[in-house]
Formats: sequence, C-alpha cells, structure tokens
Amino acid sequence: MAGGEKELDEKYRQLDEVIERYGQQEGQLIRILKEAQDIFGYLPEEVQTYIAGKLDMPVSEVNGVVTFYALFHTEPRGKYGINVCLGTACYVQGAQGILDEFRRQLDLHEGDTSADGLFTVKSTRCVGACGLAPVLTVGDEVYGKFRRQDVARLLRKYRRREVTAGDQRAERPDRYPEETAPGH
Amino acid sequence: MINGLNDLIDIRKKRLPDINARREKPGAAPGWQVLVCSGTGCTSSASHQVREELARQVQLKKVLARVIKTGCFGFCKMGPLVVIYPGQTLYCLVKKEDVAEIVEKHLLEGQVVERLLYEEPASGERKRRLSDIQFFRAQYRVALRNCGLINPEDITEYIACEGYFALADVLLNWTPAQVVDAIKQSGLRGRGGAGFSTGRKWELAAAAQGPEKYVVCNADEGDPGAFMDRSILEGDPHSVLEAMAIAGYAIGAREGYIYVRAEYPIAVDRLERAIDQARQYGLLGRRILNTNFSFDIDLRLGAGAFVCGEETALLRSAVGERGEPRPRPPYPAQCGLWGKPTLLNNVETYANVPVIIREGPAWFASLGTENSRGTKVFSLAGKVLNTGLIEVPMGTTLRTVVFDIGGGIPGGRQFKAVQTGGPSGGCIPERHLDTPIDYESLKQLGSMMGSGGMIVLDETDCIVDIAKFYLQFSQDESCGQCTPCRVGTKRMLEILERITQGQGQMEDLNELEELSREVMDASLCGLGQTAPNPVLSTLKYFRDEYEAHIRDKRCPAGVCRALLDYVIDEEKCVACGLCARECVAKAIMGEKKGKPYFIDRQKCLKCGACLARCPKGAIYTA
Repeated sequence: MAGGEKELDEKYRQLDEVIERYGQQEGQLIRILKEAQDIFGYLPEEVQTYIAGKLDMPVSEVNGVVTFYALFHTEPRGKYGINVCLGTACYVQGAQGILDEFRRQLDLHEGDTSADGLFTVKSTRCVGACGLAPVLTVGDEVYGKFRRQDVARLLRKYRRREVTAGDQRAERPDRYPEETAPGH
Repeated sequence: MINGLNDLIDIRKKRLPDINARREKPGAAPGWQVLVCSGTGCTSSASHQVREELARQVQLKKVLARVIKTGCFGFCKMGPLVVIYPGQTLYCLVKKEDVAEIVEKHLLEGQVVERLLYEEPASGERKRRLSDIQFFRAQYRVALRNCGLINPEDITEYIACEGYFALADVLLNWTPAQVVDAIKQSGLRGRGGAGFSTGRKWELAAAAQGPEKYVVCNADEGDPGAFMDRSILEGDPHSVLEAMAIAGYAIGAREGYIYVRAEYPIAVDRLERAIDQARQYGLLGRRILNTNFSFDIDLRLGAGAFVCGEETALLRSAVGERGEPRPRPPYPAQCGLWGKPTLLNNVETYANVPVIIREGPAWFASLGTENSRGTKVFSLAGKVLNTGLIEVPMGTTLRTVVFDIGGGIPGGRQFKAVQTGGPSGGCIPERHLDTPIDYESLKQLGSMMGSGGMIVLDETDCIVDIAKFYLQFSQDESCGQCTPCRVGTKRMLEILERITQGQGQMEDLNELEELSREVMDASLCGLGQTAPNPVLSTLKYFRDEYEAHIRDKRCPAGVCRALLDYVIDEEKCVACGLCARECVAKAIMGEKKGKPYFIDRQKCLKCGACLARCPKGAIYTA
C-alpha cells in the first residue's frame, strides 16, 4: 500500500513540525503528545518511540506520561468518538443509563470501539455544560438533554452520514446489511 | 502599543461609549448593542448560528446595531441567550429561526418579542429586563464582573472596563510590598479549594530567595459539575492575565504559566488570543508601560487528571511529567516549577485581584463574612430549576442559592440535599439549608467550599449511590502513589458496591467510617485526604438510607437497580402495548388489547423507560 505509506510519511512530517515548534521549550511533552494524537488519531508505540528519540528521552518516560493522563489513548479509535459526560450533574440526570445503553446497542463488552470501527464510546468527566445535563459529545458536536431513548436515533444519524459520505458508499442502501435494527 | 497610562486612557475613552450602552450609563454609543452568549453552554446549543444570523441580518437591513460575542451570562438553562441594550431585554432559548423576528420587531420597530422573554415559573409572568429576573437579583458579581458584558476576544473592551488600569497603577505607583499588603488586607482566600490566605501565599513567594521565580495559574478544573473557572477564562481571560502580571510584580517574577485543561478548547483558544493581544499592546512582554518590569505568560496543557488540581502535582504536570503529588514542605513558594519559587493560584482567585487593587482592599473586605471575604462563584446544577453560573457574597445562605436563585426543585419533588465541593465535599441536608456559606461553616457540616460546584439532589437521588459515584471518581483519579488512597478507596468502594447490591451488613457502616478516617489521615495529598468526605457526610446525615439498603434490601429513592423490580399492575394495565414498544430489551410480553402485559425480570434492564411511557401509571417499582 504505497498510498498508506505516503499518508504515514505525511503524518510523521507533521509530527516533525510539532516537535520543531515545541521541542525546544522545556516541559512541553504533553503538548507534543496531544498534537501527535490529533495527527495519528492515537499514540501507538512507534509514535511514542519516535517522539522519545527526537526529544532524547527514555521511551519509558514518554510512556509513563501517556498512560498517566486520560486524554491519551494507545489504541485506534472509531471514526466517531462518543463521550458521555459523567459529571455529577449529568450523572444525577441519568447519564450512566445512557452510557450503558450505548454499550449494549453497540455490543461493547470489552473495549470501547464498535466492531465496524465506527464508534468509540467513553465516559468523560464534566464537559462544563451542566445546564444541559445529561450531555454527550460526538466529536465537536454537543448533545444536551439527551435521553436513553435517543441512543438508537443518534447512532442511526451517524451511520446514515457514513452511508451518504464518500462516492462508493453513496449507492449503498440506507442501512448496512449487517446492521440489525436498533434495540437488538 | 501602549507606552504609558495616557495610551491606556485613550483606548478606554474611545471604547467607553459601547460599554456605557451596556451598563446603561450616560455617554452611551448610539444604536443597539446585541449581546450573544458564547460560553460553552450556549455554544453547545448553537449560539454561534444565532450570532452569525443576527450579524448577517443587521447588515442586510442596515440596522444601527453591534452584535457582540460575550462570555457566559450564567443562566445556562435558558441558553442560547441574547441580551439587547438599551433596555436590557433578555431573550431565552433563541434559535436561528427567531432572529428575523428579533431584528424586525425589536431592532427595527422597537417592540419586544414577547414569546422569547423569560417566564417566571412561579407566577408565569414574562420578565423583560434581565435584572428583574429572580435568578440575577440575589447575585453580586465581582469575579464575573465582565462575563457576559464584554467581548472576550477584544482587549479594548476589557480596557474600556478599567482593565489593565490596576496593573498600570501598581507598576507606576506601588511598591511590590504594598501590593502584597493590599492582597493580605483584602482577606481574599484561595477560591480553588482549601481556602488558604492568598495574601499570605503571595508574601511567602515574595520572601523566597532566588533570581528566577514563577507565577502559575491553576486552570485545571477537574471537579465534575464545576465550570466557573472555565467560564471566567472564556468570558474574561484578560482579568487573569492582568492579575498574573500584578502577582509577578509583587513577588518578583518575570514568567507566568497558565495550566489549562486541553478538554476546554474554547478556553484555550481565547487565552491564546488574549495573550497575543496583550503582547501586541505591550501589556505583556518586555518593559511593560515603559517601566523596568517585564513579564510574559505561556500556556501549559493539562491532559485530564483530577489529581493535577493538587498544587505539587500540577507543577510536575506543567513541566510535562506525570502529575504525581509530592509531600510538602517544601511548599511551591520555595520549590515549585523547575525547583524555583513559584506562586500558584486558581483562576477565580486571580480574577478578584484587579478589582481589589482598583477598588481597594477595604471595599473587598466589606463583602462577605468575618473570615470569608468577598464573593464566591458557584456552578449550580442538578435537580434545580435554574441551573447555571452564579456569584453571591460569602455568607449567603444555601437556601437563598437553591430556592431563590435556583428556583427550587423542578417537578414538585422534594429537596433532599445539596452537594458542595465535588469529590472532596459532602452532602448537606435540608435542616442545614439556612447555614451561611463560608469556608468554615461548610467544613463544620462535613462538606467543603472546594472550587464551587453545587449539585442539588432530590428525593429520586439515592444517597448511597451518590457517595459511590464520588468515591468511584476519587478511586479512578487517584494517582496510585500512596497505598491509603489507592487501596483504601478501593476497599471502601467495594463496601458501597455491596450495599447497593443488597448484600451489605450493618458492620459495613462502622468499617466504612474507620476506613474513611484512615484514608484521610494517611494519604499524601488532598485527593486522598478528602476522598472519604462524601461517604462520611452521607453516613452522618442519611444513615437511615444506608440502613434501608442493608436491613430492608430496599432503595428508598428507587435508584439501586439490584434492589428494585419493575412490575405491571394488572388492574391498571389496558394492554395498549406502548410499554413493550418502548422496551429496548424486549422484556415486556403481551398481546395488544389482550390480557395485561408482563415484565420478564430476567431480561429487564430496569431502565425505567416503560414506567415513563405508561399512560395509565400502571408500572411501578417494587
């Protein structure tokens, strides 16, 4: 896959730029890791090793930081990251039930990403929009006053977006053949 | 570029008419000022679309109006919010589609769009002016003075509100010792948690020896249910920058760092803009206002670890390491960032500083109570009608906050408790609602000021479940370094889990208390030392609810799923089938218009969707 390699080269080039920009300043490791995660989608071992090499640090130290903070993840994520807020205000308004419902509908027994690689469901601690509790975010979009019953509709919305996005997929039926009706 | 006080005064003069219009003072600029809340809450409900549409139509119809992006008004429940001056008309829940009517009717014809006004729930009365609304009336804004008033992305608006005048005054006329003294006299205490005297902190940092010192701002608001720091950063970032520069002057530092959560993208963005602008105007950087004082600020991103709110952990994280706390002493004032003397305060604490300098410490000290001066910002949320961001003088009672400002409990349900201080705090029951809020009184009740999260609980919230929720949080967020915190909270959590599963024993309660004391006494940092607070306070005030779980295997609030069953009342069921349609687990069986429906206990997820759907009230929990 030459295309894939090219893409990867481009990502490393971007990472070099980030390291160039922040690497000189003391104590910017977290910033660099965050930017790297934005570029690669996650922080695989190779990327951690690469950053460690560039910054002349032991990999163990970089890995120690990566594993300490909730922001970082070392596994690839689904295309749509669903973050259910489990701040207190959301919790008392039933956010745990919403999280459970996502896990159930997407069949997430272990891990957080659905089998089709489309959705990653995680909880997050306080989005800071407590007036709209319970709240969840999908990428940059915020959904307030969310109900457990809305879970199926939300998943459908993003699946449909997936179907209409991209030329090849546009001709697909409204629903993936392998997709079962929501609620099963 | 601002080279002296005169330049600052010039900018202020130029921009003051706009601010006067919003403060309804003489010398107001002509035309309308249309303020659109652009805090996180309103942005989440698409306030940017409203703003863009307003700007578009105002231009299209050639209305003499300025559309201004502001920080949080505080009334988050009613967002997106729009306020129009003159008249201080507040429009609630504004959608893009409402804009045409607002422009047409209000801005062109000068009439009010009645249907978008706030309706006082008690009386059903529509309130036109923002200041007529109960939610705003009992408030007094010091730290939030500019939030919802100015455009946070425009430094000249901040200057028009006397911004950077305190810095100028200090640099031109005060000695560093005088600044420290003023902060001490004001009685300001840290707004981030424990409430240590800010002036004393500044004094220690000023007295520390060393050629290099740092000023750091803790903007790592990790408390679930707290968003006041975020709102200040989003609504008035320059007040924090100005305060940090003043602090730098007072203690002899030339560099400052703001440690801000990466999860707060709007706050990070506005801070970056604010720092850039302040540099361009010469209010940060070399030789500020042509004095010998140089000071600059940089951001450091936090990456989602609650423990980084603890000062020694934060300082480690700010230099890119794992945010693990260390024993104190030495305190950050002696040994902080890169081992150098460091002054560390929280966002809200800093936001008070420019006003204290400007209005004088005596003015500030006249607000609040004997030992807790000034005001405090709370984020009010949970089972309360008016959720949002509020600021009240210290000493205001909890009842005023929950019932007057918060408007009480929705749905006619019973108040149960108010949780203050987040995972380090506790639950306060009805009988203590008349307690004036200050650091000591909350502590006495077994709770805490903390950063100011205030979550109202009603009768449908299970107190054991809430205690479990907070303990789970502390357990997750423990850095793991010290055993009492790492293992102690885990054991406590196991006990609580057992109780909510209906497998608790009476001895468990004593065990919980004992463990709590041990974790508190033996933990290294504030996280462990306060983690048992939610458990202890609920045990103190709601022991009967714990006992109901253990003795009667019953959850009085109907929350703990293991202890309840959903049952269909055969008498009331009309076999309409709505419940079965609602049930995602297909646990409800029956035939439409046939015999009463039936819930399969094995399949039932106990989500309660059927109960909410049943038109006949035939489903209940047992």
